[in-house]
Amino acid sequence: MANSLAASVPAGPVVATLAQRELVRFFRQRNRVIGALVQPIMFWLLFSAGLRGNDLGHAFFFPGTLAMILLFTAIFATISIIEDRREGFLQSVLVAPAPRWAMVLGKILGGASIAMLQALLFLALGWLTLGITSSILAVLMAIGLMAVMAIALTSLGFLIAWRMNSTQGFHAIMSVFLLPMWLLSGSLFPDDAGSWLTVLSRFNPLTYGVAGLRHYLQFKDSIVATDALPSLPICWLVTFGFAAVMLVLSWKIAETRTTGDLL
Amino acid sequence: MPADSAIAVSNVSHRYGERIAVDDLSLEIKAGEIFVFLGPNGSGKTTLFRVLSTLIPLQAGEVSILGHSMSTETTAIRSKLGVVFQAPSLDAQLSVAENLHHQGRLYGMSRQELAERKKQMLTALGVAERANDRVDTLSGGMRRRVELAKGMLHRPRLLLLDEPSTGLDPGARADLWKYLQQVREKDGVTIVLTTHLLEEAERADRIAIMHQGKLAALDTPVALQASVGGDSINIRTEQPRQLAEAIHAKFDCEATVLDGTVRLEQPDGHQWISRLVEAFPDKIQTVTLGKPTLEDVFIDRTGHRYLSEE
Repeated sequence: MANSLAASVPAGPVVATLAQRELVRFFRQRNRVIGALVQPIMFWLLFSAGLRGNDLGHAFFFPGTLAMILLFTAIFATISIIEDRREGFLQSVLVAPAPRWAMVLGKILGGASIAMLQALLFLALGWLTLGITSSILAVLMAIGLMAVMAIALTSLGFLIAWRMNSTQGFHAIMSVFLLPMWLLSGSLFPDDAGSWLTVLSRFNPLTYGVAGLRHYLQFKDSIVATDALPSLPICWLVTFGFAAVMLVLSWKIAETRTTGDLL
Repeated sequence: MPADSAIAVSNVSHRYGERIAVDDLSLEIKAGEIFVFLGPNGSGKTTLFRVLSTLIPLQAGEVSILGHSMSTETTAIRSKLGVVFQAPSLDAQLSVAENLHHQGRLYGMSRQELAERKKQMLTALGVAERANDRVDTLSGGMRRRVELAKGMLHRPRLLLLDEPSTGLDPGARADLWKYLQQVREKDGVTIVLTTHLLEEAERADRIAIMHQGKLAALDTPVALQASVGGDSINIRTEQPRQLAEAIHAKFDCEATVLDGTVRLEQPDGHQWISRLVEAFPDKIQTVTLGKPTLEDVFIDRTGHRYLSEE
């Protein structure tokens, strides 16, 4: 679509206002807030307790649980695009003179912020219960990596949700695509050089985020081996690449208009 | 395009797959006009609305809005256009004020300008005291007012409304028209709306009657009504077709059958009533005489009864 740039409104406020809306909506839905906090804690405790036979402690499952929080919260946050479309809010956004990429970025940053808030709460919980022994710098780097992962995953959610007109369809994608993506990220199963699972996991961009978090986050009384994991520069590179590709694809898909715009 | 033209549509067509919704339509809307697209559901008026609002892309033809070409200057058009959709576009989980805030930011309004304008619009539409209430606590009529406030927030030059009276009681409908006339008088805003309600269309300066994606008629309400030949006479009878033929044979005038009713259009309708009742006393159950309405115009131009297409 050819637009004269001069007439387009400034992108900053558009991004900010749409991101802010996501956060306000999130906090107004109390059950969403509670569910988002309780579920990962529950999973973390259950996995750690249930898989104790493998000699893996709470510390092993911690980075994977962080990845899960980011994955599910980020992606569920973007389901709201389906609601926006169904409830009609989206149509008024689509006829506004704001640049399309700013709309997409606002939506994605809003979803990513929700995911980050929860992940940070969980990180604080880990600090209190497990005792993180990493340096402050390492923890800050981990937070930075989490932010990039959150953006990548929210964009992935946006990409999936844009063409859907029901949340039911999203749940199907969830179980055949997103859950396996998490299972194959090294979150749940430790690396094993001979295993096809490990080989497969190297094709999953989320693996590199989880590996990066394992590098950065060390815990008292529990040493998790990181030698076999992808190196930190590779982790950053892949995670950044993942985020960039997903963002651009989200922007491109939002420039196409679907019949779902028509209510 | 002349300087006083707000919208110029030429040879616009729109298809959904095989189905053609708008068929080679051309028309012009003057600046400052209140213009109505009237048609039953499926007549193509909503598709045309979506094209004009820039929601769906222009497939074929040319559209120029306020001097900007739709194919090259979409953003310029969007910033001057206020759009009120038929489907609600408010975020029900946010307050009235929050909804307007986001809208203003999407249109590039500064915080200060927005704060002033928000207050002004909510007062003008009588929803100021509900500003901090969540939209899902508002009645349907209140929500429509907020939709209108949202559409007018950034001072558009042209306001597009899709079926704005849907779900409004007669009082609220009268308020809506009062407001529309007021912004047209005071701010010179051009107002274009779609409706399937005949009585609503009569309030417009000009009406475009749409039928099967084409323009069936375009004129002022008075001129359209005058274009139908005189009065309309409708006769209910057991065997309409035979009666229509009999009338035609006896008086050498045209009598049509529509939905089981025999219909004549004649000047001096009152004289025809006595003539008909005397000629066919046992065949006529009821006979009604009316001045031509927009429904008569629609029937006259399309050969279909208006409501039967709903």
